[in-house]
Amino acid sequence: MVLAEITGLFLSWLARLITGAQGHWKGCPPTSEQRIYFANHQSHFDWVLIWASLPGELRARTRPIAARDYWTSSPLKTWLTSAVFNAVYVSRTRATPDEDPLEPLVDTLQGGDSLVIFPEGTRSHKGAPQAFKAGLYHLSEQFPDVQLIPTWIDNVQRVMPKGEVVPVPILCTVTFGAPIRIEPGEDKRAFLERARAAVMALRPGGWKE
Amino acid sequence: MRWLKSLNSGEQVAFLFVVLFGALLLVSIVSVLWSLRDRPDDEQESWQARWARFRHELNMVWVGACLFWAAWVSGPVGATLLFAVFSFLAFREFITLLHTRRADHRGLIMAFFVILPLQYVLVGTRHFDLFSVLIPVYGFLAIPVASALADDPQRFLERNSKIQWGIMVCVYGLSHAPALLLLEFPKYEGRGAFLLFFLVAVVACGQIAQAVATSRFRAKPVARRISRSFTMKAWWIGAFAAALAGALLYWITPFKAGQAAIAAFVAAGCGSFGVFVMQALKRDAGINAWGNRSAITGAVGLLDRIAVMCFAAPVFFHSVRWYFRAGT
Repeated sequence: MVLAEITGLFLSWLARLITGAQGHWKGCPPTSEQRIYFANHQSHFDWVLIWASLPGELRARTRPIAARDYWTSSPLKTWLTSAVFNAVYVSRTRATPDEDPLEPLVDTLQGGDSLVIFPEGTRSHKGAPQAFKAGLYHLSEQFPDVQLIPTWIDNVQRVMPKGEVVPVPILCTVTFGAPIRIEPGEDKRAFLERARAAVMALRPGGWKE
Repeated sequence: MRWLKSLNSGEQVAFLFVVLFGALLLVSIVSVLWSLRDRPDDEQESWQARWARFRHELNMVWVGACLFWAAWVSGPVGATLLFAVFSFLAFREFITLLHTRRADHRGLIMAFFVILPLQYVLVGTRHFDLFSVLIPVYGFLAIPVASALADDPQRFLERNSKIQWGIMVCVYGLSHAPALLLLEFPKYEGRGAFLLFFLVAVVACGQIAQAVATSRFRAKPVARRISRSFTMKAWWIGAFAAALAGALLYWITPFKAGQAAIAAFVAAGCGSFGVFVMQALKRDAGINAWGNRSAITGAVGLLDRIAVMCFAAPVFFHSVRWYFRAGT
């Protein structure tokens, strides 16, 4: 357990050394309320960056989501995701047709922890995030009291482009926006589109196409 | 003065720090006492703003003095490491504001993790000959080769020249500061701290005099679109103020009074021009200050503070070394 904590501190120190990992709390203060942070996804570094920019007290109760097949494929990956980051595992493929892929996330939220999710589902490289997957909508429907915080991670694609191993030191920022919620009568598509717009609006200097 | 000369170099350096911290302490105490004075209400607001700015600047001087002391106490290794960290942070700030592409990744990794450490290793081990050509000669070729191998011709010259420029300013320029600490003069061994202190003191004097001159005298800015405040008149005043300070401080250096004044004039003048050039660069990138809060980076503005040293130190180092044929 001690080794895991030291690794965690080391990784957040490394993230700060390389990227600055500055958290800009524009729409909400960093408090211990239960939250779902949803962010654009460009690199494996994204999670570490969000984690490093959170105040130390919030880190223990804020958990990432990891794909079970990839992140449990070796002992090191398993240890990193379970012991250091306390990740929630989800399956990308359903074992049985009735299995609900969101179930582990629901359990986590019922347990009182906060989540960080990347609703695009995969890493995008085009600048603008891809369309959001429906998971965000279902979670927010089931947990209307949990705050949904749009989050924009800037510059990280320059730090470690896909396929590279060594990160280049470039300053990155993580901007947290004002919480959003499902409006009464809002349908799934409208909500997901609005959530995506809320994330993009946080880009420093506004969104430019 | 005779008593000072009778001390050995270590004691003289210790004396220098006692004087430096004593003066800072005095300024801090006096300024706090002065801030307690009663003021009419209508002046409060402007006074608060000025007081906050002054305190910020004073804190920065304190931080600088403490770092200077740390650099000296920790010896060649510590000084080199300290400035290497500064170089790293400044270069990080610089690169953040450039539009590098994916193909530059390898080149940047080489700049950050090979050339930068190597440059400081050369300083720390006093290999001054290789140290002064590593980046302009070897790095000049190595970085574009790494970039070209990535097979992306788009804006190749622009991207590479920006990286070259950044590494020259943030790494090559700044690495001359610890080099001064380690430069050996005949009959001046172990007193490199005085040389660095001399450089910092005269450059700071020049900058302050220039800032005062800019706010007091109205003159036509030479390049209005780059800087509304930079005037040649203020530049001359700054450089001459530095020369005067240099002449007054000559006794801590290996120079005679005249030589000290000329060296100070050159260093401060170059530093000031360097800041002006950085201003042009910032205009090009579309920002007001490297540490501008609203800019994408949220950088701390380190580059704003050390730019003057990045340009003054190499000129000072090489002119002194050439003139005295020191450290060869």
